[in-house]
Amino acid sequence: MPITYTSGEQVEVYRFSAPAAVLIPLIALFLQAFIPLRLHFFSIFDLPLLVVIFFAVARRSQVSGLLTGAAIGLLQDSLTHQPIGVYGIAKTVVGFGASSLGIKLDVENVGARVLLTLFFYVVHEFVYFLVARGLVGLTLEWSWAHELGSAFANAILAAIVFTLLDRFKLRA
Amino acid sequence: MENFLSRYRNVSILVAVLFAQVLGLAVQVKRSTENESTRLIRVWTVSAVSPFEKAIVWFQSGIGSMWHNYVYLRGVRQENRELKDEIEKLRVERVRLIDDAEQARRLQSLLGFKEQYISKTVAAQVIGSSGSEHSRIIYIDKGTNDGLAKDNPVITADGVVGKVTQANGSVSQVLLINDQSSGVGAILEKSRLQGILRGTPAGEVVLEKVMSEETVQPGEKVLTSGGDQIFPKGLPIGTVTKVSAGPEVFLNVRVRPATNLSKLEEVLVITKKEERTPAITESSPSRAVDILSQRLPSVPDKPRETAERSKTTSAPGQSAESTAAAGSTTATTTPQVPKVAPVVKSTKDASSEINTGTASQQSPMKPGVAQKPTVPPVKVLQQSTRTVVTPPKTEQPAATTAQPEDKPQ
Repeated sequence: MPITYTSGEQVEVYRFSAPAAVLIPLIALFLQAFIPLRLHFFSIFDLPLLVVIFFAVARRSQVSGLLTGAAIGLLQDSLTHQPIGVYGIAKTVVGFGASSLGIKLDVENVGARVLLTLFFYVVHEFVYFLVARGLVGLTLEWSWAHELGSAFANAILAAIVFTLLDRFKLRA
Repeated sequence: MENFLSRYRNVSILVAVLFAQVLGLAVQVKRSTENESTRLIRVWTVSAVSPFEKAIVWFQSGIGSMWHNYVYLRGVRQENRELKDEIEKLRVERVRLIDDAEQARRLQSLLGFKEQYISKTVAAQVIGSSGSEHSRIIYIDKGTNDGLAKDNPVITADGVVGKVTQANGSVSQVLLINDQSSGVGAILEKSRLQGILRGTPAGEVVLEKVMSEETVQPGEKVLTSGGDQIFPKGLPIGTVTKVSAGPEVFLNVRVRPATNLSKLEEVLVITKKEERTPAITESSPSRAVDILSQRLPSVPDKPRETAERSKTTSAPGQSAESTAAAGSTTATTTPQVPKVAPVVKSTKDASSEINTGTASQQSPMKPGVAQKPTVPPVKVLQQSTRTVVTPPKTEQPAATTAQPEDKPQ
């Protein structure tokens, strides 16, 4: 599937109802916290990140994207025992980047979504790694094999999740 | 300037948001203690998520128990029979262990050994996790309302799980032992080498600070040492799986946790532990032979016999105290000598015996659980007939004839 370049007028901008905008990130956080207890491998997925990318791309607004990313990231941070802000910073960057890309590219098709998620997952992990090591002083190990494997897994899941979330989109 | 900001409005907002978060992080990192300022957002998020988790866990366990208790009962009769057989075997085993435990307590009491006992635990159900590979924590459905507090140890029947890092009203956060920020004082069961157990970024568990000149065998069990002042001594942590040369002068000892940390459902939180010298209780069970020896009129007067023997066999130069105590010894009259405290050949040997005994107290002790002591010298001396016993005020009557006057003749 090609990623087509579109002009600003051609791309469609979506919005979400208030309940959807609040509940979807909360449900993503809840599932992210709960499912790994039963299915341990699920911890390689990052549902909140997928939600950030989806909202950012659909709204096509950089401010909205970065604020959504910051909010979801901070909430995700608060479920961990680490200082609050590590996921926040990483998801803010991703939210801004995804919405910037969403303005320029048509990312409505599955192939584009997979590639987009693949790219932003690596960006997210890289920013997280930088912040965690540089600012917080956590000892993290960067493994390309692990990161790329996780990125592919998340990209495939994104194709499914985005299709489900498309139902909540409203034309702006 | 205004023009610049309006032109780069979005980027400016991005920088401002990032700067605010970096600033927040810096403040949190600077404070080494618990971040009280961030507690509120954590409480809110956990409070928002945990009701759903609790509801699902409750629903899931309800369905599960209904299925297992009322529907799926295939093979239950057979299992019941097998369990009954098992209970009978365990009863026999229990009698032996109680006896051994009593002996261990007497030895510990003699040596002034203080042991940590688990005096109160709270069972809790695991309802959530951080959902992140970088933060290995779980959430349990009990909190300060149930008596939980920060740094309470969390265990299962298999071994150590972690410790409470944050306790809210009805939910608590538990840091698992395989998280890289956790640390547990550990000791190897056989070699008695001590180290610090830590998690790795990959979620594995390694024992650090074991010198490379030491020998550690794979398969050896790792227990809590009690040195961290959080976990009581003697709880199983895991088993050594791999030993390799580590950084500097230390070994890299990889440990497989005794508890499956990725499949936790229910845990026990130790909310109260106390340190005390093991007391020999009067209510401790006696062996049938002891009771018989005290009550049956046909049993000969053993103390005199013992005293006479002790007189003849005790080493010269023995202290008067120990010779007097020989009147209450059981070493020469009973085939087993479990009811006596450390046995000494002579006063000269006593100090070395006790020292060895102290060293042997390093053996793993399950707090509050009957332990089999590993005191090699006592074993040897039990076979000796020239032994003298000095039990200091043991409340329980000695094995055969602690109070010969009271005995029916």
